[in-house]
Amino acid sequence: MASATSDATTGQAQEQAQVPAPRPAPDRTGGPRLSRTADNGLKIVIVGGFGVGKTTLVRSVSEIRPLNTEETMTRAGEAIDDLSEVSGKSSTTVAFDFGRISVDARTVLYLFGAPGQERFWFLWDRLFSGTLGAVVLVDTRRLADSWYAIDRLEHHGTPFVVARNDFGDDNHTDAQVREALDLPDHVPMVTCDARNRTSAKYVLITLVEHLHALSTTARESAQ
Amino acid sequence: MSAPGTPGAPDRRTSPGRPGRPAHRKAPRPGRDDSPDRLYTVTGGRSRTHSDAFDLVTLVVAECDPTPGMQSEHAAILRMCDYPIAVVEIAAELGLPVGITRILLADLLDTGRISARHPRSAPESAQLPEPELLEQVLVGLRNL
Ligand SMILES: Nc1nc2c(ncn2[C@@H]2O[C@H](COP(=O)(O)OP(=O)(O)OP(=O)(O)O)[C@@H](O)[C@H]2O)c(=O)[nH]1
Ligand SMILES: [Mg+2]
Repeated sequence: MASATSDATTGQAQEQAQVPAPRPAPDRTGGPRLSRTADNGLKIVIVGGFGVGKTTLVRSVSEIRPLNTEETMTRAGEAIDDLSEVSGKSSTTVAFDFGRISVDARTVLYLFGAPGQERFWFLWDRLFSGTLGAVVLVDTRRLADSWYAIDRLEHHGTPFVVARNDFGDDNHTDAQVREALDLPDHVPMVTCDARNRTSAKYVLITLVEHLHALSTTARESAQ
Repeated sequence: MSAPGTPGAPDRRTSPGRPGRPAHRKAPRPGRDDSPDRLYTVTGGRSRTHSDAFDLVTLVVAECDPTPGMQSEHAAILRMCDYPIAVVEIAAELGLPVGITRILLADLLDTGRISARHPRSAPESAQLPEPELLEQVLVGLRNL
């Protein structure tokens, strides 16, 4: 389990070396509290069809038990923050769950598991703007479930990787899966077992390495 | 179920794009079945004020202790913010929708009872984060 205050081991947080060492008592979520110096929240979204393993993947790497919450919105896609609208049948609700990983004393990464169905995307801008990137989790027995999510991510310009969740009877080649998903070569695809911490961690590392490559390339071509 | 690449296999390019999924079952959870009336009471009927300032991952810190007579949701928020905590965690702990939680937080921010640490990258920017930040994240992930 990662500790919010164990950044000394990362060799990365020299400027935060004065952070008090004692590990805070667990909070009600059953995990460590954030460091007092935490000031930069980052988002990664795990999106995929029902039952594909989103919550399992979040749980495998999160330092807190996955929590869930929801947002309410009108059919027109406006998040509801005027309560007069809640009573109408014009509103609908999107639920999502999340976990977190303390990266260092200042940076904390939140992982959101979200169903990729249509109504979810109405809330994308409201909830997930500024997302670093996404993992599209796919079950190769039900590839069509992920088409819509891939379409929307491409539309939003959100970088993503594809993770094939291994349910044990997966005989498709990567080429077959890429073909069925119409996935461009530059989009990384990995196989994972969402129940396994090392495997889930590798999925996230693949995504962040992909983002790093994109960011470095963008910066070079801007010079 | 047809395999990808086989004749007649589904293909994203030729699909209508929106595979219909059965309505999903979700067991009712505590706090989720709040009536609109109760939510109306929680927020005093207010609509958006400065609540847009709060991102899902804005980190909130209490600047004071709860006081007697304070609205119970406000007091609950102050108790959970003795250490930094994200807006989305507060919403989950309160069992309230994110939009309602944002309104409650805006009340507390306006009266100086909390401070807010917003994500450093502007939410609107479609820009990729700096490679340096991503390198930090990679170090954190590899150390998990
Ligand atoms: N064999 C295998 N089973 C898995 C894997 N990942 C998840 N499962 C199982 O698949 C089931 C569904 O996993 P969840 O994590 O609940 O899936 P989800 O995407 O969050 O589901 P919803 O939120 O209901 O849409 C659970 O019983 C998991 O234990 C995997 O990599 N391999
Ligand atoms: Mg789930």
